[in-house]
Amino acid sequence: MISRILQGLGNSVTKRIFRLGFAARFFVAIFMQSGTAFRRLHLTLREVYFTGVLSLIIILVSGLFVGMVLGLQGYDTLQRYGSTEALGILVALSLVRELGPVVAALLFASRAGSAITAEIGLMKATEQLSAMEMMAVNPIARVVAPRFWGGVVSMPLLAALFSAMGVLGGYLVGVQLIGVDEGSFWSQMQSSVDFQKDILNGVIKSFVFGIVISWVAVFEGYDADPTAEGVSRATTRTVVTSSLAILAADFILTAFMFTGA
Amino acid sequence: MTRTTIDLWVGFFVALGLAALLFLALKVGNLAAASNGETYLLEAKFDNIGGLKVRAPVKSAGVVVGRVAEIRFDPQEYQAVVKMQIDTRYHFPRDTFITINTSGLLGEQYIGFDAGGDSEMLAAGDVVKKTQSAVVLEKLISQFMFNKASEDTGSKAQ
Repeated sequence: MISRILQGLGNSVTKRIFRLGFAARFFVAIFMQSGTAFRRLHLTLREVYFTGVLSLIIILVSGLFVGMVLGLQGYDTLQRYGSTEALGILVALSLVRELGPVVAALLFASRAGSAITAEIGLMKATEQLSAMEMMAVNPIARVVAPRFWGGVVSMPLLAALFSAMGVLGGYLVGVQLIGVDEGSFWSQMQSSVDFQKDILNGVIKSFVFGIVISWVAVFEGYDADPTAEGVSRATTRTVVTSSLAILAADFILTAFMFTGA
Repeated sequence: MTRTTIDLWVGFFVALGLAALLFLALKVGNLAAASNGETYLLEAKFDNIGGLKVRAPVKSAGVVVGRVAEIRFDPQEYQAVVKMQIDTRYHFPRDTFITINTSGLLGEQYIGFDAGGDSEMLAAGDVVKKTQSAVVLEKLISQFMFNKASEDTGSKAQ
């Protein structure tokens, strides 16, 4: 009985380590086979369209609402201390440093990452990938790499749009609706948001998240069991794994970027 | 969807993303304000700088005229040496009095210039000696308590 439990445990651990090794090898393979994705740029542009342009609506609307909620909640707390002019700082810093990259990445993982996994998984299930190999077309170069780079390009742009819409949302609620002074809203924001320390670090974060999400999504699709059930499980795994990876990566990056001074 | 329509949409998307980044850099951040013309350096020595930080504003009559560039400790004189970048448009007399002030009760600390009456102006690299350190709240309170206590004992003695 106990030996069987231990066997099962060891089996699942070794399986996971095998998968991790395959994922790492796959990551390197994407970079090695990326030539086609840049030489035949329309392949990558098509993926930027599907992952980036089609995610615009959800990113813009969520950004606006997150900013508006920050405006309301921030005002409610700040007015107790009589420093409602600091609303601009609160909205801008929380969006640019954390909420912009992280929430945009979580939305991107569920909106675009799952679609990439489902598409590649279905291609595998219907043996399109094997057919490509038969025709001496490398499926990693033709299918995987363009989707990977499409996601990596889209993510920082979407995060920047999310933050910008959020700041506008905070402005709409804070200044137009509640009546915080417009001049101090913007000037306090500008005097305490640093370009390198805050904005550039946010862009770096979203770039890293883009790599993580795209990697997880293409890998789960490529590694999916070629059945209907296998594809559905792979899609779920993409959302769960990439969301957890985003949060973990965010903690590590924040620890590096915002320590002390 | 044809290839050109996709190109058009992707171009639109990238332009929109870059515009958002530009908005963040210029309107939300201080990239435009950070590179404001030429400056010259002044130094001042303080016994205590309190919570002054690099990039804190230097104000004269409430107007920002420069920023704190560097703060270091002088191990010979046991004093803090503060380097300030002052806008070249503004010049101050040699007997300018430099103080560390706080905006509001708990706000950020900044450097204040009280211009004197000297006809000679401070030049780049000059060290200003006439300074007043940051107010340390604990010292003020203990001073007040001490005075209060000595007043009480004094009145009892009489």
